[in-house]
Amino acid sequence: MRLTKDLGGWFDQRLQLGKSLKETLEHRVPRSTASWAYVFGSGSLTVMMMQFATGICLAFVYVPSADQAWTSLQVLNHQQSFGWFIRALHGWGSNFMVALVLMHMVQVFLFGAYKFPRELTWIVGVCLLLMTLGMAFTGQVLRFDQDAYWGLGIGASVMGRMPFIGTALVHSMLGGPIIAGETLSRFFAIHVFIIPGALIAFVGLHLLMVLKLGVNEWPMPGRIVRRETYLKEYHDLTQKDGVPFMPDAFRKDFLFSGLIILALVAFAAFFGPFGPKGQPDPTVVQAVPKPDYFFLWMYAALALLPPQMETPLLIIGPVVVIGFLIVLPLISGTGEKSWRRRPVAVLSVLLIIIALAAFTQLGTYAPWSPVMDAWSSAPIPPKLLEGRTALERQGSLVLQEKQCRNCHALGGEGGLRGPALDTVATRLTGDELIRQVLQGRGNMPAYGNNLSPAETTALVAFLNTLHPSDQRPAHDASLLAH
Amino acid sequence: MSDFNQESEIPKRLSRRNMLMTVGIALNAVAGILFAVPLVGYVLGPAKRKEMKKELAWVTLGPLAQFPEGETRLATYRNPFVRPWDGDTGNIPCWVRRISADTLQVFAINCTHLGCPVRWFPQSGLFMCPCHGGAYYADGARASGPPPRGLFTYDFKIEKGELWIKAGQVPTLASPPSQACAGQPKRCSCA
Repeated sequence: MRLTKDLGGWFDQRLQLGKSLKETLEHRVPRSTASWAYVFGSGSLTVMMMQFATGICLAFVYVPSADQAWTSLQVLNHQQSFGWFIRALHGWGSNFMVALVLMHMVQVFLFGAYKFPRELTWIVGVCLLLMTLGMAFTGQVLRFDQDAYWGLGIGASVMGRMPFIGTALVHSMLGGPIIAGETLSRFFAIHVFIIPGALIAFVGLHLLMVLKLGVNEWPMPGRIVRRETYLKEYHDLTQKDGVPFMPDAFRKDFLFSGLIILALVAFAAFFGPFGPKGQPDPTVVQAVPKPDYFFLWMYAALALLPPQMETPLLIIGPVVVIGFLIVLPLISGTGEKSWRRRPVAVLSVLLIIIALAAFTQLGTYAPWSPVMDAWSSAPIPPKLLEGRTALERQGSLVLQEKQCRNCHALGGEGGLRGPALDTVATRLTGDELIRQVLQGRGNMPAYGNNLSPAETTALVAFLNTLHPSDQRPAHDASLLAH
Repeated sequence: MSDFNQESEIPKRLSRRNMLMTVGIALNAVAGILFAVPLVGYVLGPAKRKEMKKELAWVTLGPLAQFPEGETRLATYRNPFVRPWDGDTGNIPCWVRRISADTLQVFAINCTHLGCPVRWFPQSGLFMCPCHGGAYYADGARASGPPPRGLFTYDFKIEKGELWIKAGQVPTLASPPSQACAGQPKRCSCA
């Protein structure tokens, strides 16, 4: 004990850090901030440190070269001791980090913490959010598999919609004219050097401002932020009803960080690493690319937006959203902080959460995508073939062979792009079915060139049988009832 | 009095220290520019216009006999501009539709919506995209879904019984490989 103290004293005499460190750790914060609502920022920081540690570990083995990256991931998964676990920690860590950063952001927004004098802390935080998402996207590329390859293709296609500088943007993003070796090297440099460097600097800045300006007090309805009086009010609060940050406020942060690490370890051990999926070989065209979890909402939005709105939204949307987040504290830097008196803020958050959750949920099963192998893998339910004529059965073969099932489900199997056909005969008459099949409409392509008259007759004969036994098929009301 | 003032100002402006600082600023500005320009040029090198023009070249898809009339088949080629470490990513697929002896269409694999790989279904005569549900007819024209236009086509020629296409960069809306529109099969004049 004595030795530790002597040794500490020896270092402190030379470093001269002890006093300021103690002051920093024990600075007074409002008692109300020692709350479970305030743990998400420190939680993000903890996960970031873990990402640095596991990321450096991965760099010991990973080869950032287009022809070797996928193989090195296999080695990590199957040969390197604990390789699979480090990959799992890093992959799940990225999910955790995106989630924690978003929770932190929602909390800060609802608590009005972005208001005077913490405007710049918020703006730096917005940059940190963008960097986190940047790390998530570039990290997904480094897992160089089919998804990464076609994900880059999507990135290139988005860039290619930019007027005038489209091609230049695509080529500088890809590091060349196609997705290849230099693309991966470029993303490696961005993921491993550029963004982490910026992250360290911005996190430092973010924390420095939190220390200098103090942790935002728990907002009370009616306690209005005014530029002239806030600083004094806050100072008084920390004196009258304050506690030292260490250990009073730190306790919950510390416990939460421990929980987060445990959860991360459990997820990694239980679910294992992400991929890699198939080799990044573009000539394997059987790929069905899908983004990682946190970009599924974007994948869904791009399928569901009206086509003519896509280019403007892809180009202007991010500028508007990021611009709004940056300008927010400047236009609403004072006034009411409490969510109880800010209904628009609360409703906006709810709306965004619901929209993102709904899009994400849709993204998980992508009802807009054809199921590419349904026509050859999902048989027609036998029930639908019982007691049918030869012509009707022939029609069911046409239905199967012309890939109708890729977009239309029968008996719950098949694509969801078009309506399920189980009861189609109750909606369309025979004539309407013929017209729909031959000419197409809405999202349905026309099959006129690919169906012979005999095939059409058989197909429609089968479709006409698809109605519940207790319900009559649709009929043309203008014809005499019989 | 005024004389005195002037005398005291002149040495202040021209003192050796100030002079050193001024020279220092100028020197570092020049050094900074000399250092930064090559760095920016290096990073943005792939986007230079001169480079982009260069990055289209004729590549062969093999003997024309591989592509039977009335069929659409997958072909692959090695991108004309590759690095030694590109591996499989340098192999690019495309769809060749041979309509008659000398009427062909060569489609890029990439959906015009967001670049996913479209797949040909000969039975229904459609190209379908697995990502957002785009579909195209046999001639590459847009059939349904979000794509803003028909499939991208490559310029092609037939030389000594081999099919050649002009390729080299990833097709996007900003740089389609050929100005020719899908839906308009081109007759090749060079037999």
